This record gives sequence, C-alpha cells and structure tokens, in this order.
Amino acid sequence: MRQITYAEALNEALHEEMERDEKVFILGEDVGRFWQGAFKVTKGLAEVFGNERVRDTPISESAIIGVAIGAAITGMRPVAEIMFGDLTTLAMDQIVNQAAKLRYMFGGQTKVPMVVRTPFGAGVSIAAHLSQSFEAWFMHVPGLKVVVPSTPYEAKGLLKTAIRDDNPIMFLEHKLLYPIKKEVPKEEYLIPFGKADIKREGKDVTIISTLFMVHKALAASEILANDGIDVEVVDPRTLLPLDKNALINSVKKTGRVVIVSEDCKTAGVGAEIAALIAEEALDYLDAPIIRVSEPDTPIPFSPILEQFVIPDERRISNAVKKVVH
Amino acid sequence: MLDKSRLLNIYRKMLEIRYFEEKVFELFGRNLIPGTIHLYTGQEAVAVGVCLALHPQDYITSTHRGHGHAIAKGARLDRIMAEILGKKTGYCKGKGGSMHIADFDVGMLGATAVVGSALPIASGAGLSIKLRGTSQVVACFFGDGASNQGTFHEGINMAAIWNLPVLFVCENNFYAMGTRQSSVMLIENIAERAVAYGIPGITVDGNDVLAVYEAALKAAKRAREGKGPTLLECRTYRQRGHSRFDAATYRPKEEVEAWLKKDPLKRFQAKIIDMGIIKMDEVYQIEQDVIKILEDAVIFAMESPFPEPAEALKDIYA
Repeated sequence: MRQITYAEALNEALHEEMERDEKVFILGEDVGRFWQGAFKVTKGLAEVFGNERVRDTPISESAIIGVAIGAAITGMRPVAEIMFGDLTTLAMDQIVNQAAKLRYMFGGQTKVPMVVRTPFGAGVSIAAHLSQSFEAWFMHVPGLKVVVPSTPYEAKGLLKTAIRDDNPIMFLEHKLLYPIKKEVPKEEYLIPFGKADIKREGKDVTIISTLFMVHKALAASEILANDGIDVEVVDPRTLLPLDKNALINSVKKTGRVVIVSEDCKTAGVGAEIAALIAEEALDYLDAPIIRVSEPDTPIPFSPILEQFVIPDERRISNAVKKVVH
Repeated sequence: MLDKSRLLNIYRKMLEIRYFEEKVFELFGRNLIPGTIHLYTGQEAVAVGVCLALHPQDYITSTHRGHGHAIAKGARLDRIMAEILGKKTGYCKGKGGSMHIADFDVGMLGATAVVGSALPIASGAGLSIKLRGTSQVVACFFGDGASNQGTFHEGINMAAIWNLPVLFVCENNFYAMGTRQSSVMLIENIAERAVAYGIPGITVDGNDVLAVYEAALKAAKRAREGKGPTLLECRTYRQRGHSRFDAATYRPKEEVEAWLKKDPLKRFQAKIIDMGIIKMDEVYQIEQDVIKILEDAVIFAMESPFPEPAEALKDIYA
C-alpha cells in the first residue's frame, strides 16, 4: 500500500470533503495560498478551491471560532484551523460557551457542524506558549467531541468523519506526527467516533495512549517484549466519545493497565480513564493503575528540560514493569 | 414615508414589547419566574426600528436583554413567555430561559449572555450568506458594555475586511450594569470606533423609531449591495434597572427624568396622532388588541406543563 505523511493525509481528507460538499470551507491564520498552513496541512487547497473557501484570517482566534459558529448555524460546514493548541485559550468562550452550548441552550433548534483543527504537543523546543497538551479540558465540555488521531490512517479517516458530523469537533493533532509516513489506502474510508483501535495485541498489560504517545508506547512495547512482557496498546482515537467497552475489555484480558498521556498529571486524560476503569473494572485489576504523564509544569524551552518532562520509552517501560511485577 | 399600516404596525410592536416587559416584571415580582430578568423597557424603538428594515429571511443575534429583539423579529409572545417561565412549550423547552430566547424559524439566531459573544457569530452568519450567495443580512444587537470586549474588535474587523452583510447595532444605554459609559471609554459616540475598521459609523437617536429605521434601512441596503458592514449606534435608555429589582440608584434622578420625557413609545404615539395618521380611538383599539394577545400568551405560558426532568439530558448532541 502507498505511504503518505500525517499532514498529507489530513490534506487529502480536506480536499475530498471540499470536493464532495460545497458547504465545507476552511478558515484560519495563514491557511491560504501564501503560507498553506503553519504545518502545510492546507497545501494547495486555495489553488484548487479559491480564496473564498480557503480563507486567511486576521490573528483573531476568538473571531475565527465565532465566525465558524455563525456559519455553521446558518447552513455551512466550516473547518477552522487554530495554529497552535495553546491558542485555543483565546477562543475559549466561543468553543466552550457558544459552540458547545448553543444547541442545548436553544432547545435543539440548531446544530453546530464545525471542526476546529489544532496541534498540541511538546518536543520541538518552542516553549510554554506553543507546546502544551490539554485535551482533558475539552473532554470536560458536554456538546463537544474530542478526536485524537495518532497515525496518517486515523488522521484521514477521522477528519472525514469529523467534517460530516453535525456537532462541534475538537480535532487535536500533534506537531511531531505531521511528518510521520505510514500506509493510507487510496480508496475512500471513514473511521467512526467512539471506536478504539488495538495497536498491538498482548496479554500481560494494557497501555492506553493517544496521539504521539501511541508511538512511544509501541516502541516501549518492543523493548518490553525482549524482557518477556507482552503488552497490548489501545488507542481510544476519540476521547469524547470514549470507547469504554474496548478499554474495559482489554483490562479484563490483561488485569493491568498503564495510561500514557502527554498532558499534566493532575485532572488529565489519565485521571478520567483511571477513574472509569476503577469504577467499572476494579475487580479485574491485579495491580494499581499507573499514569505516565507530564509533571504539573509548563513546557520548558531548553531541550534537556523539555525531554525531562515528556514521557519517554524508559518511563513507560518502568511503569509497565512496576505493574507486572 | 411609510404607509399607515406599517406605521400602525410599528406602534403595535413597540407596545407589545412594552406591555410584555411590564408583564414579565409583574410575574417576576410574584415569584413566578426563576432566576433573573433584564427588561427592554425604554429601548423598544431600537429593536423595532432595526427589524422593520429587515426581511423575514434576514437574521438577528441578541443579548441577555433580548425579549424585545425576539418580539420585533416576529417570535411569538406565548412561546417567549413560556420559556421565561421555564416551561416545556417555551422556545428552548425550558433549557434557555429569559437570556437565551431563540427562534430560528424567524431568523432569530438566539440570545447569548456572555457580553459581546455574538459579534463574531453574526459575522459568521454574514460569511455564510456571502458563501451561499443569498441576499440576506444580519443585524447583531449588543450594548455599550460589549463594545469594550475584544470580540467587538475581532468580529467587526473580520466583517469589514470581507465586506460581510452585517449591521452591528450598538444599543448605547450608557450603563454596563452600574458602570457609566464615561468611566470606561474616553469617546462619547461609540460609532466613532467604526473609523478603526474603515466602515461607516452612524449615531442616531435610539428613542426615535423612524430615525433608527431609516439608518438601519440604509445600512441594510449597503450590506445587500455587498458593500459591507455598518456600525449603528442607537442612543437610548433603559427605563428600569439592569436586572431583577435593581432600582438603578446609581443613575442621577435628573438624567432618568430627562430620558423618561423622551420615551420612544409616547413620542411615536404623539407623532402619528399629530400627523393625523391615527386617532385616539384607534390607539385605544391597538392597546386593547395587545392586552388581549398578551393575556392569551400569559395563560398559555402559565397553563403549559414544566418539562420532564430528564429533558435536561437531551439536545446535547445533534
């Protein structure tokens, strides 16, 4: 099968959906023909679909999201790009109070079919304002859906589903994933929300991880295999809705679970998943749940500091050994 | 000049809003309305003047002080009242209340309570109109307080650069809750801010319904011609407090009295009587009609059931 990058996979999804449905359009800072997206995800789209449907905006995150909402409730299907995940904070009212709540507040009179694409993640030394991951914040907002694609295959299939969904979608990417090249079918496919994927089958311990951490979990699993530990890696693919059954089934099988996420530990993604497992599958656990995450710090600049806070294969392996022994 | 039937319709709409709000105040005083209320009393000429300049398929966005906007755009009194009382038959099935009236069937895209939040949303509806190629326009109502939010700048600028068909209608009632306009901005006319976006900024007497109508009509025409947005400042005054039982003692007595003399409803009534368009017995007849439909609306709302508690779990996702 052919291989394309994560950024190319996203680009294909946008291209195909814009071709399929003229209501789909893109807006964001530098998404147009001159810059083509900070991570080149919108490359070539303005040339094909024109400046009207691939809109460069001013640096106005709140209005980018607000404009997307206004367009969505009047019949369009916008895809808004926020250049860095951290900058969604500038649009938090529009995301949390408007996009997520309008349908509910207005008694179901409207729907808000829009996608907010933005990259999270540390690892490229761009410091505390452009590196944080706070997927968990959006998991806490009823009305939103939270999508976390870990591979080019997922990036394309989930983005196409997101664009066709009638709800506001936080489509969270990861900076280090954009250049990753993997197999993606040429034929059209969609990936449903709320369906986890088992990235590696195993019987001794379950690692639940998302986004770039899936790749670190897989690398750690290979090292652990040499020690005779058979790891299962489960990728929820969407955090809201969350495929509880898949997570619990894996825990039932292995009896041990490590949750790896690239966010601060306190009240993070791992906290929610751990609570869920404790509530619904405690009797199947043979060891305490361990969370591997970032410490509760902002992301530092200097590579030696940054690498210290990001979960790596060694920390994941140590956590797995701890629950196994 | 507008014909007689349209002038009478203006009078009727303003009266509907006035009587509706007085009824809301009465019901609130009788403890029949949960939460809070923000009455539109005294500002009727703005909503009615602007909405008169719109077509049925045009959109409006509204605020926490939004009953008047909804009525002016054609929403039903009975379903608004039912919503304010938290009833199942309300526009939002009891999930929105006084601050979130919406009626998408008449182009009323809903009221939001985060001050200034609707400006970018209105620009988005304007972008949608442009991309879909229809001839609609959007009127975005907000107050003097909202004009100090970042969304005012971001939302208007985006509409300006893309020539979007939006009327940004600033209802300057001079107080953001209890904070005087003069203590939070150094300019007198908020419309002056339009210069920063390269769009027309117009200040009108917001208690003169025909002045509001004429300015809005001009702005709507410009918007429909693809020439972009207008910032329309309507200077008006709320005759009651900010919310609930606020007695608005932070406002000088002389100021309140001066504005009461400029009551938009009385002024318009006097005008159409002077012009010989309407006679007192017709005024009386309209009043009786409005009292009747309002009575019916209150009966509808009071007799409607409350929603089932589990309704709280619905409409989260489409």
